[in-house]
Amino acid sequence: MKLRLLDVAHARSGDKGDTANVGVIALDPAWYPLLARELTAERVAHHFEGMITGPVERFELPNLRALNFLLHGALDGGGTISLKTDAQGKVFSTALLRMVLDVPDAEAKTLKLPGVRA
Amino acid sequence: MKQIVRVAAGQGFWGDDLDAPRRQAEGGEIDYLMLDYLAEVTMSILQKQKERDPAMGYARDFVDAIESVLSAITERGVRVIANAGGVNLPACAAAVLEMAKARGAAGKLKVGVVTGDDLLPRIDELISAGHELANMDTGEPLSKVRGDVIAANAYIGSEPIVEALARGASVVITGRSTDTALTMAPLRHEFGWAADDWDKLAAGIVAGHIIECGAQCSGGNCMYDWRNIPDLANVGYPIAEAAADGTFTITKHAGTGGRVSVPTVTEQLVYEMGDPTSYITPDVVADFTTIQLEQAGENRVRVHGIKGRPPTDKLKVSIAYRAGFKAVGTLVYVWPDAVDKARAAERILRERLDRLGLRFDHILAELVGHSSTHGPLAGAAGDVPEVQLRFGVRGPDRKAVERFTREIAPLVLNGPPSVTGFAGGRPKVEEIVAYWPALIDKTQVRTRVEIIA
Repeated sequence: MKLRLLDVAHARSGDKGDTANVGVIALDPAWYPLLARELTAERVAHHFEGMITGPVERFELPNLRALNFLLHGALDGGGTISLKTDAQGKVFSTALLRMVLDVPDAEAKTLKLPGVRA
Repeated sequence: MKQIVRVAAGQGFWGDDLDAPRRQAEGGEIDYLMLDYLAEVTMSILQKQKERDPAMGYARDFVDAIESVLSAITERGVRVIANAGGVNLPACAAAVLEMAKARGAAGKLKVGVVTGDDLLPRIDELISAGHELANMDTGEPLSKVRGDVIAANAYIGSEPIVEALARGASVVITGRSTDTALTMAPLRHEFGWAADDWDKLAAGIVAGHIIECGAQCSGGNCMYDWRNIPDLANVGYPIAEAAADGTFTITKHAGTGGRVSVPTVTEQLVYEMGDPTSYITPDVVADFTTIQLEQAGENRVRVHGIKGRPPTDKLKVSIAYRAGFKAVGTLVYVWPDAVDKARAAERILRERLDRLGLRFDHILAELVGHSSTHGPLAGAAGDVPEVQLRFGVRGPDRKAVERFTREIAPLVLNGPPSVTGFAGGRPKVEEIVAYWPALIDKTQVRTRVEIIA
């Protein structure tokens, strides 16, 4: 089944210079392994194609059921230089949550993902 | 020794809720009030203010904040720690003491002043001694922009704040100390944590990171279940209740709005995070992958398990330099075909700037209401009711940027139709003060503590 990342995670983003960070947190601790498997750095880089000029780095925080992504070259120079509305990367979080995941039906059922019919 | 030390956050940045410090002091029991005023470019703003008026150069709001909590300090022994001194700590301390005197509290405040972070007067000396102060992001040496540097401050750690507290300061004022040191220092002072007790120091840093953005850990800007977070109008700012063993609980005063839960705290933990295994501070490197959170009652989150390791032999330096000019203008285009009209206006504007021979380092046009924040991910807009064209330029030539600001309004009469929203007048030209992060050997920075009563 297909589902939006928004339905299984919440997120917050911020900035460091020209880099935006997005921390993605599983809404249910049981869903963290799914996120860790699906949200590869490559996948996230592909998602943000055309919006960032640099690479994507990924870090795992299993203790917080969270992944942290650094999106380099995301902020038109960053901070005070940037001409962007979102010069500090505050809402890259929600942009990532637009991602659509394709999860095998059986797994979706086991994990009780939102939208699964019992 | 106290069993529990309560550090309350009262400001998350310069410009935060002016009434929050008072609510923290009056809403219940606290031992320390921590006020964080500094963002990356704040020091440069303060430096510019000081250039215009030698009596300025610190966070003026801070004096009002101290006034609003004066009785808590003088009667209940609440101590305040703030990085409000900017680039003019003597003036900041004098203003606080003068206010106290005017309020009949002369002699009742002991102000601890921490200096030594300001490297601006020593820049040339440091560069000629071989300290390149290379940009951490680009690797370029500072000499490239030396003539444009207007502020340079080392991020200093908890040591001098601990000293000021040990010497009896009731209000500690620093310049560019790290945000997290403001919370960790009082814990170190109260519990006597050794300078190499890495796990406990790291715990203090994590507590600091959680509360340094004020209500952003207690329900503010929280995506998780945001509709049901109660009473944000009266949001409770966070309090870290810490124990000597390095465990602590994040909470807020009873009767306040907002929420302290595992999700609200987790969102703040990942805010502005880099490599979570190495949160580098002057005192310790904290490992955020060791943090354990658990709900320990309503609006109480217990934090434990934190590991730390020795810091590096460098301090980060925040350098601000003049980097040209920018201006951003906006117009609102309205249904039908709002997006097409805005795009047409963008093309016309670009062509006019080109014909005028104006050259910029960068031109950016965004459609607010369509794709300004989510870009191509936003998908097709459809025939939206309205969209804002937001058009910005930046470059080294002030005159060119100024000329640009006169090209927005004419579009209302001589561009695409159904346009409005220009009542604000011409866009303002802003000087860009950019941020240059660098490293310096710790041995080059000497802090000093002075107690003024």
